[in-house]
Amino acid sequence: MSIAMNESPFSPRDLARRRRRSIALALILAGLVILFFVTTIVRLGGDVALRSM
Amino acid sequence: MSDIQSSLARSGSASIGDQGAVADYVALLKPRVMSLVIFTALAGLIAAPARMHPWLAAVALLAIAVGAGAAGALNMWYDADIDAKMRRTALRPVPRGVILPGEALGFGLTLAMGSVLVLSLLVNWVAGALLAFTIFFYIVIYTMWLKRWTPQNIVIGGAAGAFPPMIGWAAATGSVDLGSIALFLIIFMWTPPHFWALALFREGDYAKAGIPMLPVVSGPGETRRQIVLYSLVLVPATFLPALLGTAGWLYAAGAAGLGAVFIWHAIEVYRNRHGAIADRAAKKLFGFSILYLFLIFALIIAERAIGVAPFGPVLG
Repeated sequence: MSIAMNESPFSPRDLARRRRRSIALALILAGLVILFFVTTIVRLGGDVALRSM
Repeated sequence: MSDIQSSLARSGSASIGDQGAVADYVALLKPRVMSLVIFTALAGLIAAPARMHPWLAAVALLAIAVGAGAAGALNMWYDADIDAKMRRTALRPVPRGVILPGEALGFGLTLAMGSVLVLSLLVNWVAGALLAFTIFFYIVIYTMWLKRWTPQNIVIGGAAGAFPPMIGWAAATGSVDLGSIALFLIIFMWTPPHFWALALFREGDYAKAGIPMLPVVSGPGETRRQIVLYSLVLVPATFLPALLGTAGWLYAAGAAGLGAVFIWHAIEVYRNRHGAIADRAAKKLFGFSILYLFLIFALIIAERAIGVAPFGPVLG
């Protein structure tokens, strides 16, 4: 079976699935950013700004 | 035409990849196994003699859960050929053709590396190293080597499923101690009777896929004998947390009652050897074994939640 150059090999259903996967991936990446940020704050501790320079 | 090829043909354009829905990727993570992993890791974390910041504890559990999911995805990548031959596993995303083996491999490796890095960098290196070893053990030692080679596959391979409480404990303490080894031993001794009960009523599936499970290689009679023997070792092992000063009277009383029921189910499997009644006994043991492990670890969590003091250590 050959696929013409201007013809997508993906059906509308495939494209919808890809879009949902992309959204899930974006949410996971945003979650990771929050995870690393909050963990950094937690590990630094509450008095980090009060240390002697 | 193989089962996989025919499912690819049925699904039309699956060979080009990029077809899986989000739910298919979630299925690759074996969510039911993952939930038991999270629960036992939480018990290890709570039983450990060190307190953790709740956020860091949540990060540790998340990393352990993702690591377990990664191991599940890598297992489905490697075992796609035998999964396609068994009723229980034929509808998994890779044999169904909605996720290509290479996609499952990439997904699993990415999650494995990510979870180990997160646990190592954000919690501690001991927990991270244990998680990395667990994933390695499950994929290389169990899935690639033991599973297709020896009827002792789930005896030795069961160690992979036994590590999560040890990882949880290490996340809290930064070390491996006798208390965490006791939790490891409980799951390690529980795994053979649990899986052999399943193998007794799924023997045909395993034989068709060429997996040398004990009932296939040594017969159902020997499997029943081994189930009883392992159950008789498992139940005393569940008292180790109390003897090592990790658990108290509530846990000990619960472990005694649950242990008596477990051994009774194992003896029923041994006694009932033919026909539907034999299958029913094996199914009952399999079902109870899941509840049993859940309740044993729930007792550890409950004791800490309601403030039951652990016994003083008799051993160690």
